[in-house]
Amino acid sequence: MASNIVMPPLRARASNRLWRVFVNHLATTAAVGSTILVMAPLIAIFGYLIYKGASSLNLAFFTQIPKPVGEAGGGMANSILGSAILLAIASLMGVPIGIAGGIYIAEFGRNKRLANMVRFTADVLNGVPSIVMGIAVYTLIVVPQKHFSALAGGVALGIMMIPTITRTTEEMLLMVPLNVREAALGLGVPNWRSVLSITLRTASPGVITGCMLAFARVAGETAPLLFTAFGNQFWSTSVNEPIAALPLQIFVYAISPYDEWHRLAWGGALVLIVLIVVSVALVRYVAGRGVLKGAS
Amino acid sequence: MGVEIEVSDLNAWYGANHTLQSISLRIPANHATALIGPSGCGKSTFVRCLNRMHETNPIGRVTGTVRVGQVDIYAQSSPVEIRRRIGMVFQRPNPFPTMSIYDNVASGLRLNGYRNRKVLDEVVERSLQQAALWEEVKNDLKKKSGASLSGGQQQRLCIARALAVDPEVMLMDEPASALDPVSTAKIEDLIFQLKSQYTIVIVTHNMQQAARVAENTGFFLNGKLVEFDATHKIFTNPTDKRTEDYITGRFG
Repeated sequence: MASNIVMPPLRARASNRLWRVFVNHLATTAAVGSTILVMAPLIAIFGYLIYKGASSLNLAFFTQIPKPVGEAGGGMANSILGSAILLAIASLMGVPIGIAGGIYIAEFGRNKRLANMVRFTADVLNGVPSIVMGIAVYTLIVVPQKHFSALAGGVALGIMMIPTITRTTEEMLLMVPLNVREAALGLGVPNWRSVLSITLRTASPGVITGCMLAFARVAGETAPLLFTAFGNQFWSTSVNEPIAALPLQIFVYAISPYDEWHRLAWGGALVLIVLIVVSVALVRYVAGRGVLKGAS
Repeated sequence: MGVEIEVSDLNAWYGANHTLQSISLRIPANHATALIGPSGCGKSTFVRCLNRMHETNPIGRVTGTVRVGQVDIYAQSSPVEIRRRIGMVFQRPNPFPTMSIYDNVASGLRLNGYRNRKVLDEVVERSLQQAALWEEVKNDLKKKSGASLSGGQQQRLCIARALAVDPEVMLMDEPASALDPVSTAKIEDLIFQLKSQYTIVIVTHNMQQAARVAENTGFFLNGKLVEFDATHKIFTNPTDKRTEDYITGRFG
């Protein structure tokens, strides 16, 4: 039947084989090399921060507030707490609005004009320089209130989180296969319920990653806080008062002329990075605990 | 118990494509009815019209009437209520990937607001037993994801999930076409057992399958119902020349 089909020789010529082995090694080397290049900056930054900052970390660093110029010691306890408060406000605002926006674009507004406008707006918002965001919130909240506040800082960071979360939520929802959606609809589940309980749940690992990316990004933002949270040398937990923040305090210390303050700035930078890594890992762990054996 | 389905003058479109042209037939209660025909003949679209899934496609459009039991389903304002009475099993097994086996079976009830744990436990066990899957999964109900099962098990899980909401009709769109012969045989056994309690409509490419499980068979071609009759009549003495050509393998 198929006797007239000429099969290619099973064993390739030796020169061909050498060439294939060479190309294989070349590709592997390129991939490994790129991996190292990707990881190198992070490892370098982390190593340098530990080298420069670890020595200034002590109990006082985590329990005391900054000392006035000329006095030795002091810490960044108020900045760490301030950053936590700012990020909590930002997440409370950015995560629900961002996810809801993504759901609208992907599920309810598909091919509608408003959805395209929301997507376009999110992309533009993503490109707005962070200092501009600070000035905008300054105009919207600080000026009418006539004072700087943690609330204004949190809102500025929250707005910055929205576009990243919206776009990743949209993309992750669109990746949920049609047959999973149809399974839910075929059971007689109302569309809104199917979107929330099935589609969003199926996409949740990706959505959580998007939220963590946005969180990590704004955690280190300084510029939007200059005109909003302003910074504070004292203890303050009120959302209506100016509040300290790690990036702001690092900035203040780093541009100062004192060696002691420079060392504190290095310590602060190290703490900031560790806190971001720890919170991202924590969320991943908590979110991953519910995942079952064999779930994709 | 199953109910009768009566379709009259059903037309369906995908965009400008007239996929189903004036279909009329009567599907008897508590029997299995097979729909055969070459790819693209409209048989999948037809079953998707029976539970108003066709209209979930943005370019899908339907006219005509479909009566399921006493209810004219296209006269109802919401398709949601109708789909609870009409279970559907799809070509590719589609368990919810983030849910356990238990949650998959319970999903239809839970998502419609049932919370009573005792009732859910009972329904899950009964449905899995009906789907002949209970013995294989009873120790992993809440530990394993539905997606971790084999393809054949996943399909029986989907059948259990559809049965859990206690439908009157089961629509099966090529339920065994992605499965190996052993799993296919299990699904066919299942259909055989279920048809005493449910009205079953099964789309299939496999004519032996139609002959094995169904009392009645409909032959679709190019969006039209060419012939609908008792299965043995269709396979031994078809009225229409095109049906004969198809089942003897002259095309399709």
